[in-house]
Amino acid sequence: MATDAPPPAKAEHHLPSAEEFTAVQESAEFGELRRSYRSFAFPLTVAFIAWYLLYVLLSNYAGDFMGTKLLGNINIALVLGIAQFVTTFLIAWWYSRHAAAKLDPKAEAIKSRMEGGA
Amino acid sequence: MSPVQQTVLAANEASEHRPLIITLFGLFVLATLAITVWAGRQTKDAADFYAGGRQFSAFQNGLAVSGDYMSAASFLGIAGAIALFGYDGFLYSIGFLVAWLVALLLVAEPLRNSGRYTMGDVLAYRMRQRPVRTAAGTSTIVVSIFYLLAQMAGAGVLVSLLLGITSDAGKILIVALVGVLMIVYVSIGGMKGTTWVQMVKAVLLIGGTLLITFLVLLKFNFNISDLLGTAAENSGKGAAFLEPGLQYGATGTSKLDFISLGIALVLGTAGLPHILIRFYTVPNAKAARKSVNWAIGIIGGFYLMTIALGFGAAALIDQKEIIASNPSGNTAAPLLALHLGGVDSAWGAILLATISAVAFATILAVVAGLTLASSSSFAHDIYANVIRKGKASGAEEVRAARWATVFIGIVSIGLGALARDLNVAGLVALAFAVAASANLPTILYSLFWKRFTTQGALWSIYGGLIVAVGLVLFSPVVSGDPKAMFPDVDFHWFPLKNPGIISIPFGFLMGFLGTVLSKEKPDEAKYAELEVRSLTGTGAH
Repeated sequence: MATDAPPPAKAEHHLPSAEEFTAVQESAEFGELRRSYRSFAFPLTVAFIAWYLLYVLLSNYAGDFMGTKLLGNINIALVLGIAQFVTTFLIAWWYSRHAAAKLDPKAEAIKSRMEGGA
Repeated sequence: MSPVQQTVLAANEASEHRPLIITLFGLFVLATLAITVWAGRQTKDAADFYAGGRQFSAFQNGLAVSGDYMSAASFLGIAGAIALFGYDGFLYSIGFLVAWLVALLLVAEPLRNSGRYTMGDVLAYRMRQRPVRTAAGTSTIVVSIFYLLAQMAGAGVLVSLLLGITSDAGKILIVALVGVLMIVYVSIGGMKGTTWVQMVKAVLLIGGTLLITFLVLLKFNFNISDLLGTAAENSGKGAAFLEPGLQYGATGTSKLDFISLGIALVLGTAGLPHILIRFYTVPNAKAARKSVNWAIGIIGGFYLMTIALGFGAAALIDQKEIIASNPSGNTAAPLLALHLGGVDSAWGAILLATISAVAFATILAVVAGLTLASSSSFAHDIYANVIRKGKASGAEEVRAARWATVFIGIVSIGLGALARDLNVAGLVALAFAVAASANLPTILYSLFWKRFTTQGALWSIYGGLIVAVGLVLFSPVVSGDPKAMFPDVDFHWFPLKNPGIISIPFGFLMGFLGTVLSKEKPDEAKYAELEVRSLTGTGAH
């Protein structure tokens, strides 16, 4: 590695060879990163889409239930709608926390080794 | 809408405010042109033109993403839909917001890590370049043009209502003006200029919406139940106004249509090319993630405020007045501003002018984002990689992109002039449905499915694209309905206005079938490269 390297430019990175990529992809470390990402993101995606669809279906086919007034003129429909906003904010926050704690360090380690190890 | 109805508003309310409205429009145009020229001077290479030099911060890009996303359909359309249909209008904003989680969890970071300038970079990564890039470029341009048309038509409606321009020639002139401005923004300023325009617009839009929301809540002493009650009463529909079903609950078909729309909205966002290319403007995937978080916060806050706008308009303005001004309620938000300030007062005039200028800024910024997405895809995917087979220099690509901008600008002026009286909501929903049917399946398969092949990519892009566009062509959006594009003819046989419920599963199915039926083997080494790069950021541009 060059000691007086130019500032980390957007120019050409050292790009590892196809063999290196395949070796890394098959490594236990990368497998761990992939599992950690997929086992979090995939079920969560299914869950929030199901929760959203449930809301759409309730709006469509459970009008009486949705119209139940809870407080003054505020009904279940409005509360569930706001709940969709709240869960969206929470899921975004939760995923970002997971990514920062569990994914970023692993990804960073692999990346710096691959780009550094020319 | 009849010209007579249009003149009602123009003559009674907007005419004396016209100089002020025009001044504010003019100021925005001048400020954004100055930004564009400044950004143009700093645009030196292809990464500057396509990706704004990748040096924007997560917050800046979050603002710009919000600016790109909160289109006239969100601002004018949702407020208007709530004002007319109550709760059903609010359902749009939920789909538009939840959709961001798909982008956050599955698309933004891998795309930033493995792509360079366009959506096609990721789709074609491990495939045969020329056919897949052609397909990706085609769907990018189709989605963007539909979205563009909706904005152009919206601009025509808005400006003609507010400025009292009702003649066809006048409307065409407005559409042409919008088109020329967007050509200038994009061809001179590139991504850097466009990003700054989006940021300015996002701040103006949030500021204007905050002000109106505050004034509405002030009227009701911050008692939301009171606001809702007054809206329900004033709408003449009572409690039903606050419950789902006024717009979509009529029949089994309309309920099915609502599900179809809901699916298209939630899956469309992560396949919209003009949104996806924004993730290239930040230095790395972490910044892309943070910019989506900012966008979710800003867009979510904005949609929450549209509830106050919509119900505020319903509570404070006579429904007949809203409908007389625009049958789809598109002018409810500006009308609300006028009423909050006082119909015959200077304060009302100033508020109306401000909100109208904000709406105009919204349209211009979104139109610029869409033009950039399509000209980038043309230059990078089709010109550089298909026509020149990857041998074009950066400078040649940028030149091609600038010419493509001019070309796309002229095409959209032409189509926009033709579409000036069309129903704009159908076009936006179509753009979402096409994005979800043609782009999203291919993006997800490319990133996560090892076996996915070139044939799978082509089948899912073209299959989703053709079925989505085809079903809309034979839907009540185009013919056989009083509100259709061609109300006087009837060749529709597909009952739903939104094709998503059919075309999105079809896109996924075609990607699957194309892959399992293909004779070629997937390129495993290339997938290893893509997977490692997309998850770790190794070698990211």
